[in-house]
Amino acid sequence: MNLGPHADFIVAAYAVTIFAVAVLIAWIVLDYSAQRRILGNLEDSGVTRRSRRSNRDAQ
Amino acid sequence: MAIIDLANPTRFLNIVNRLLPWLAAATAVVFAFGLARILNAPDDYQQGATVKIMYLHVPAAWLAMMCWGVMSLAALGTLVWKHPLADVSGKAAAPLGAAFTFICLVTGSLWGRPTWGTYWVWDARLTSMLVLFLLYLGVLALYWTVEDPGRGSRAAAILTLVGALNIPIIKFSVEYWNTLHQPASLFRKGGSAIDPSILIPLLIMAGGFTLLFLTLHLAAMRNEILRRRVRAMRLIQAQELAEAST
Repeated sequence: MNLGPHADFIVAAYAVTIFAVAVLIAWIVLDYSAQRRILGNLEDSGVTRRSRRSNRDAQ
Repeated sequence: MAIIDLANPTRFLNIVNRLLPWLAAATAVVFAFGLARILNAPDDYQQGATVKIMYLHVPAAWLAMMCWGVMSLAALGTLVWKHPLADVSGKAAAPLGAAFTFICLVTGSLWGRPTWGTYWVWDARLTSMLVLFLLYLGVLALYWTVEDPGRGSRAAAILTLVGALNIPIIKFSVEYWNTLHQPASLFRKGGSAIDPSILIPLLIMAGGFTLLFLTLHLAAMRNEILRRRVRAMRLIQAQELAEAST
């Protein structure tokens, strides 16, 4: 495929887009695992959410 | 299932967990299809191969504006109905919108240099798009820096609704002002001015970008719900520690 005399601009545009989308995806995936890990640590240390506590009390 | 059931974060999370793999797969398939069509699409008779930048620039611009529309609806939900997921939706959408606006500005600049002979010009379309990017940064600053999350959310929602005035300015800037940016080629009276050999890959890429936004938005909303649970549990933990020490 011949991108012509302005190939650098085309390649740069695709590279910037791929980089920005990759950063977004990585940020969301890493944030998800971090929140899951923190929640797991809090639950392991015996902290329970009020909604779960009220459900447990009701039973 | 009634739509009101989505207001429950736990039910919402269950739905998102089921939907996300399918949405991610659909996004990848549509992008792969779109990129294959771009490789076989002809060059523009005036711009040559630089028209390939359009397949990124135009969908990113649409998504940048659509994302602000989603945030505006979420802002109404936050301020008027105090819907529990509305604020989550607005906060999750802001970084995505900022990223799409950034992509739009950078790809537009890289397209402008070979086409217009300049990376940037302070005309109405480019300037109003830059204002949108600054508004996204302002909303993010309010969400991320105000210590009380409730106050931060309300302030961000107000800024979002005020900033919504910029969307029609962006849309009609090429009609009301004399700009270097070309007028609308797709949504205009008399139909699209783009040849189907270029229009179809553009629409496929627009579909891919929309699916990407939907996937990332739902995933970011899931993260935000978990973050709020962490905050609530830390407050309970601090309260229990304070009670135990007295």
